[in-house]
Amino acid sequence: MRDVAIVGIGCTKFGEMWDKSFRDLFIEAGLMALEDAGMSGADVEALYGGNMSSGVFIEQEHVGALIADYSGLISNSVPSTRVEAACASGGLALRSGIIAVASEYHDIVISAGIEKMTDVGPEKAMDALAAASDREWEAALGATFPGLYAMMARAHMDEFGTTREQLAQVAVKNHYHGSMNPKAQFRNTITIDAVISSPLVADPLRLFDCSPITDGAAAVILVPAERAREFTDTPIYVKAAAQASDTISLHDRRSLTSIDATRIAADRAFKTARLQRSNIDVAEVHDCFTIAEIMAIEDLAFFEKGRGGPATLAGETAIGGKIPINTSGGLKACGHPVGATGIKQAVEIVEQLRGTAGKRQVEGAEVGLTHNVGGTGGTVVVHILAR
Amino acid sequence: MSIGITTYGAYIPRYRITVEEIARVWGDNANDIKKGLRVLEKSVPDRDEDTATIAVEAARSALRRSGLAGADIGAIYVGSESHPYAVKPTATIVAEAIRATPELMAADYEFACKAGTAALQTCLGLVAADYIKYGMAIGADTAQGAPADALEYTAAAGGAAYVVGKNHVIAEIEDTYSFTTDTFDFWRREGQQYPKHGGRFTGEPGYFKHVLAGARGLLHKTHSKPEDFDFAVFHQPNGKFPRTVASTLGFSPQQVKQGLVVEKLGNAYAGSSLIGLASVLDVAEPGSRIFMTSFGSGAGSDSFTFRVTEEIGTMQGQAPTVAELLAAPIYLDYAIYAKHKNKIIL
Repeated sequence: MRDVAIVGIGCTKFGEMWDKSFRDLFIEAGLMALEDAGMSGADVEALYGGNMSSGVFIEQEHVGALIADYSGLISNSVPSTRVEAACASGGLALRSGIIAVASEYHDIVISAGIEKMTDVGPEKAMDALAAASDREWEAALGATFPGLYAMMARAHMDEFGTTREQLAQVAVKNHYHGSMNPKAQFRNTITIDAVISSPLVADPLRLFDCSPITDGAAAVILVPAERAREFTDTPIYVKAAAQASDTISLHDRRSLTSIDATRIAADRAFKTARLQRSNIDVAEVHDCFTIAEIMAIEDLAFFEKGRGGPATLAGETAIGGKIPINTSGGLKACGHPVGATGIKQAVEIVEQLRGTAGKRQVEGAEVGLTHNVGGTGGTVVVHILAR
Repeated sequence: MSIGITTYGAYIPRYRITVEEIARVWGDNANDIKKGLRVLEKSVPDRDEDTATIAVEAARSALRRSGLAGADIGAIYVGSESHPYAVKPTATIVAEAIRATPELMAADYEFACKAGTAALQTCLGLVAADYIKYGMAIGADTAQGAPADALEYTAAAGGAAYVVGKNHVIAEIEDTYSFTTDTFDFWRREGQQYPKHGGRFTGEPGYFKHVLAGARGLLHKTHSKPEDFDFAVFHQPNGKFPRTVASTLGFSPQQVKQGLVVEKLGNAYAGSSLIGLASVLDVAEPGSRIFMTSFGSGAGSDSFTFRVTEEIGTMQGQAPTVAELLAAPIYLDYAIYAKHKNKIIL
């Protein structure tokens, strides 16, 4: 096994990109990443693309070949693989690319993620997303994602006294971060009151507790660490790429208030990286709902179990706080094109570690973490990146 | 010789339902909806009112105002997205009711909310070419919105009829300009009871793109500026969209106020901008210039500029004004509203 570095990043604007197709989006993100690394398509040896549900969203499967074709990579017959793990598809595409380079199977790999979600109406989009839960035991019986996370929120409030305001502060903080990110879907700041008075989705979760439906794509270029300086002066090194699985159904889990796959993937990542939680300067975590961020920062052990809510309300997870979480705006404000999210998280951490995150820069950030969840926690991918 | 509107008539059913009452049924926050849509209530047809009866009322009102007889009308085009029959014209019902038959051209139009202004353009062309002396264009709807859909708060009923001719013109049609694309923002297929829409997609790529481009196109074509006009009327699916386009284009709130009837009327679809125009003609003085842009999903916009003439004085007050039609409403609760709108299937 050899060390791997990220030498190029690209990310489209996130949002309702009505004038851009699936193809436009991945081409844009891929070209940005190649340009950033000073490469051309001819340099790429393999491609891993994270995508959850192109079959439903744009009625197109076989997108591995499609991406290779329309990216101009077909002339080299580049192996192109679509990776799917619901909302963790992007994180898994990144890990797959890292493994390909680390194993010396390939030298230059592009890991990308894409989702084009706004070509269908909300009912179809909701059903596509419900496929990330257990169709037989959850979705088919009426459980929706807001409903499942609402159960976790209710249990968390009951067990640890997490409050409505603490949940709301996750969205307030992420909108504040998103307001400084030109790529974010929402760049408006909001108040706790606005969150609490937004329409009820699944009690206790309200509209502003939920991440939106988003179009977007992101890509990173991976190379062997020893070759990184050929392409950039600021390579970012992959310290760990860990993954864990758990039951797909929420009701089969050990706990409703903790995602075990997050705890296990994080433990594996920190062990591989030989780093402590205190070494992490900035993290992108999977805040598909506000409760998800609170559970994530607890399960990643940045805060004790039950301390996630109070710490958020105290500003410890905002830029300038103890550990800035979701400087991109997170899934809530930056947007959540499900297959792209895991890659976008890595793009944001690379920006932070390079020191190019602009107004949302975390001063002196040297080590960062990404945390990408599929479904309600059936799949979790954690990456640790460092300068 | 100038061509223009020789008379007009509007009709709005007497019944209303408030945003509060609809929100009560669906558990929505009425204040948020009123703030978001800038609509307070909407008109509701009686049980036996439909687009044909509304069109007839508007047509009769137009004739009453001018003293024209039905037999003077050489063409009737009725624009609506709620024609009572899928096959069988509304225009013939109107023609018969106002005794305009049998020597006339007649047809129904459909272009979502702008079918009435498309009819106006057709009449303008026929009169200009001297094929007919007078043509009647009507936009009328009993607008559909599925229960619990956002559209339910605004989908209203009403219509307006305009006669285009060369004699005794009260508002000269100076110019017109249309902007059309194929845009899938809002549709209803054969046999479907309610329209479907693309949510926010109906906004930016639908309404705003076409209304702004259509308005700018006519301003450019006529070498005019917003300040050259006394009044501006825009299609009003809610109270927010027309205000936003007005301010984007540089029209003042004062210019749009008289033509903005959506707050109490709701969105009468094909009747929407034409009722707004009627509200302006009710008070306009000779020499006033009016700018209007309609919008129809699917999608397109028709823009017009009008110049009000001295003849307007004899016409105002000869038929009910829009303000009078909006006054003294009868409020319905949701159950009776559901009965009126045939939402209860017996």
